[in-house]
Amino acid sequence: MLNKTLTEQSQALAKGEVSSLELTQAYIQRINQLEPQVNAFISQTPEQALAQAKAADERRAKGDAHALTGIPLAHKDIFCTQGVRTSCGSKMLDNFIAPYNATVIERFNAVGAVSLGKTNLDEFAMGSSTESSFYGPTRNPWQLDRVPGGSSGGAAAAIAANFAAGATGTDTGGSIRQPAAFCGISGIKPTYGRVSRWGMIAYGSSLDQGGPMAKSCSDLALMLEVMASFDAKDSTSVDQPVPAYSQGLTQSIKGLRIGLPKEYFGEGLDPRIADQVQAAVKTLETQGAIIKEISLPLTHLAIPAYYIIAPAEASTNLSRYDGVKFGHRCDNPKDLQDLYLRTRQQGFGTEVKRRILIGTYALSAGYYDAYYRKAQQLRRMIKNDFAAALQEVDVIAGPATPNLPWTLGAKSQDPVAMYLEDLYTIAVNLAGLPGMSVPCGFVDGLPVGLQLIGNYFQEQQLLTLGHQYQLQSDWHLQQPELSTSGGN
Amino acid sequence: MQWEIVIGLEVHVQLATQTKIFSGASTAFGAEPNTQACAIDLGLPGTLPVFNSEALRKAVQFGLAIEAEIGKRSVFDRKNYFYPDLPKGYQVTQMDFPIVGQGQLEITLEDGSSKVIGVTRAHLEEDAGKSLHEDFEGMSGIDLNRAGTPLLEIVSEPDIRNAKEAVAYLKKIHAIITYLGISDGNMAEGSMRCDVNISVRPKGQAEFGTRCEIKNVNSFKFVEKAIHCEVQRQIDIIEDGGKIVQETRLYDPDKDETRSMRSKEVANDYRYFPEPDLLPVEIDDAYVQAIREQLPELPDAKIERFISQYQLSKYDATQLAASRLLADYFEQVVSACGQAKLAANWVLVELLGQLNRSSTELSDNPISAEQLGQLIQRIQDGTISGRQAKQVFEAMYQGEGSPDAIIEAKGLKQVSDTGALEAMIDEIMSKNPAQVADYRGGKDKLFGFFVGQVMKASKGQANPAVVNDLLKAKLQG
Repeated sequence: MLNKTLTEQSQALAKGEVSSLELTQAYIQRINQLEPQVNAFISQTPEQALAQAKAADERRAKGDAHALTGIPLAHKDIFCTQGVRTSCGSKMLDNFIAPYNATVIERFNAVGAVSLGKTNLDEFAMGSSTESSFYGPTRNPWQLDRVPGGSSGGAAAAIAANFAAGATGTDTGGSIRQPAAFCGISGIKPTYGRVSRWGMIAYGSSLDQGGPMAKSCSDLALMLEVMASFDAKDSTSVDQPVPAYSQGLTQSIKGLRIGLPKEYFGEGLDPRIADQVQAAVKTLETQGAIIKEISLPLTHLAIPAYYIIAPAEASTNLSRYDGVKFGHRCDNPKDLQDLYLRTRQQGFGTEVKRRILIGTYALSAGYYDAYYRKAQQLRRMIKNDFAAALQEVDVIAGPATPNLPWTLGAKSQDPVAMYLEDLYTIAVNLAGLPGMSVPCGFVDGLPVGLQLIGNYFQEQQLLTLGHQYQLQSDWHLQQPELSTSGGN
Repeated sequence: MQWEIVIGLEVHVQLATQTKIFSGASTAFGAEPNTQACAIDLGLPGTLPVFNSEALRKAVQFGLAIEAEIGKRSVFDRKNYFYPDLPKGYQVTQMDFPIVGQGQLEITLEDGSSKVIGVTRAHLEEDAGKSLHEDFEGMSGIDLNRAGTPLLEIVSEPDIRNAKEAVAYLKKIHAIITYLGISDGNMAEGSMRCDVNISVRPKGQAEFGTRCEIKNVNSFKFVEKAIHCEVQRQIDIIEDGGKIVQETRLYDPDKDETRSMRSKEVANDYRYFPEPDLLPVEIDDAYVQAIREQLPELPDAKIERFISQYQLSKYDATQLAASRLLADYFEQVVSACGQAKLAANWVLVELLGQLNRSSTELSDNPISAEQLGQLIQRIQDGTISGRQAKQVFEAMYQGEGSPDAIIEAKGLKQVSDTGALEAMIDEIMSKNPAQVADYRGGKDKLFGFFVGQVMKASKGQANPAVVNDLLKAKLQG
């Protein structure tokens, strides 16, 4: 049952073929056996999970079940969970237990989903490999010496390793789509404002968006139906009705116009990935989609713009971690200055410090116009670029990543090389559009992701397209071999 | 050398909303530390601000009251700095697009002249918490109850030229905010705080001198004193050949001096940028119009009305209109006695003088408007003299009862009964035949003697006017 998709599990629960308690116990057992190899979790909550599972089974017995009632999930440790530590992958919050749930958590609780624990991530979601976590790197279940991508690497690895059929993630510059691609799973970053950010620890507030990660697009549809909502507690949340995504997956994709930006297939892309993506596009074409080449001429400016805007916002979002009210505090501060300096020096890792420095610099008097204001102008231009392209086509398709998962540590000394790995995902956040990655092949035994980008609030179109593709392919059903006896 | 003083004021007004500007926590004053700070006020990870529309409404009311432009699109920004009582490490405020744009207000000075002071802007922001340095040995305590309280920061143009104008400006702001009911204006509790920017320049010079900012002066009296001593400090420095350093200073009322807090050169770079957690505030004309239609009568309009309706001087009208409470009180006194001018005198001179002497706020005034009106009526109908009225007023202030009860109890009733007075006069005349003869013989000065005798006989209660008339008639024979 653990290698089944969430959709299949939901059906099995509905038919009574398995109980939530059995499913949850099986997951806990598997996690116990294999987690040391993967390190997908920061916190596991087996007792809470079993209690939730029992409650779910009772609810189902009363005939009050939702599709996700009793489904074991894992949550990225960036979503605040009342009573359970929310660390955001940082020493700074190693002792932080939120007195509230994120809206996303509340919504899963309301339908009776089970939470197995909190998954690993790059510290404060800053990274593309989950190596910057205070709790050690997560490993890619497909090849344990490889990174799972990031920042939602723990969630992606958990799904690939069959530690959970579905997980929550967040995506500021590709943090759902890139690890989904690296781990051979599906993940969607919804339109900015579609999923509430309340209780989701901020990195780049104008870019951050929560979304589901799972094995199939059908799974994503079920999860997104729950996650998406208007939330009065998040001023940037958008009051738009949430479609029943799972009901719309069977729509035909005939006549759907798909654009391939030539800039997404140029220099920097591993040609083996290009081949897999082209093959997937061919499949969509045989299913009736119309393929067109398009251009997104400002693609090369997305990374520079992002690496001003995201760090600028991060630099002030992270000011609250000062040792005064919660989180890490250095021992015996001799004065206020010392408290600030040592607390932040000890509490933050290298990448977080780097981005705080970049962001602080970009917002400083005398540099604001040259950096922050320019980056915002670029952001508007990039948005317009997409708007123009989305006049011509319904969906934009391309690779999710330029390269395959790298070996642990390979890019740790070269932050810019790491930043460039987000080449195809970052612009989507700048524009606020929905983007999705679905498995579309393997190169050297490592998964490759196809990225699909849609227009604002057109998540249904992406999910349907992805689902139709998954009806014609089985890449998403491949499973890595994890040996219970094997070490790293 | 002749010096010209240039003053600009930044006034922070706490808006009287039920809840904070970005959270649902209560804004009530005086609660136990940290009991009115919710997760948002504490800046806990993952929390987000939601703008309180009541704060917007109050800011717009103020904008309309000073005839300012209301920004169609207003933006919140983050002002970044580290301080323990600033929970998020930034303050949410407004930089380039404030709610309230350029406006103005008119102040009236003691000599009756008036002057228009420009208001550059007024923007919304959240207040910080408080650092408590006294109660903890070797440490400081943080109280975040105040964190997130809505503030309207009102920035004036450098149009103010002396301390009196500064105080008049502040009083005008105070009047407007309390008229609108957008703030309780309680300076002692910090509901209205003031930063004073001061520079001096030789008279006739076009450029401004280097300015200093005196932070957080929180009474009218201290503003006046702080300006006096800061001006003198600056003039002394320049006249001794020195230069003013641009800096932030604090006023110490105990020593009556200002002292340096921090110099602007090493001050924080606040790294303002638009707050990504809040959308820009769009304000449409219909919203503004609806607020405009519900504005109460404002100080200027009230002053005009007092002048025309009650024939008061502009100065008196301005004094009475200084607070809505005082103006309402005055009008209640008038309606109780029908004597506007007397009422104005009694309220401004006797009542305010008495309150001032006993350091009592008008809100704690022990004399009701009806009672003061009654007292004025008793003067008017001749029951008591003006001098006696002051005696009655004293007793009323001490809580001894209504004017009539006090007049009765103290036996202060004037004797105006002509029969009783005639009898008294007849007796006095028969006892003093020589004086009567002298008076009739041309010694007019003796008239005073007879008045004195009657007053003595009546124990001071004779109505002087009636006595005069009767005496004159009788003495002429």
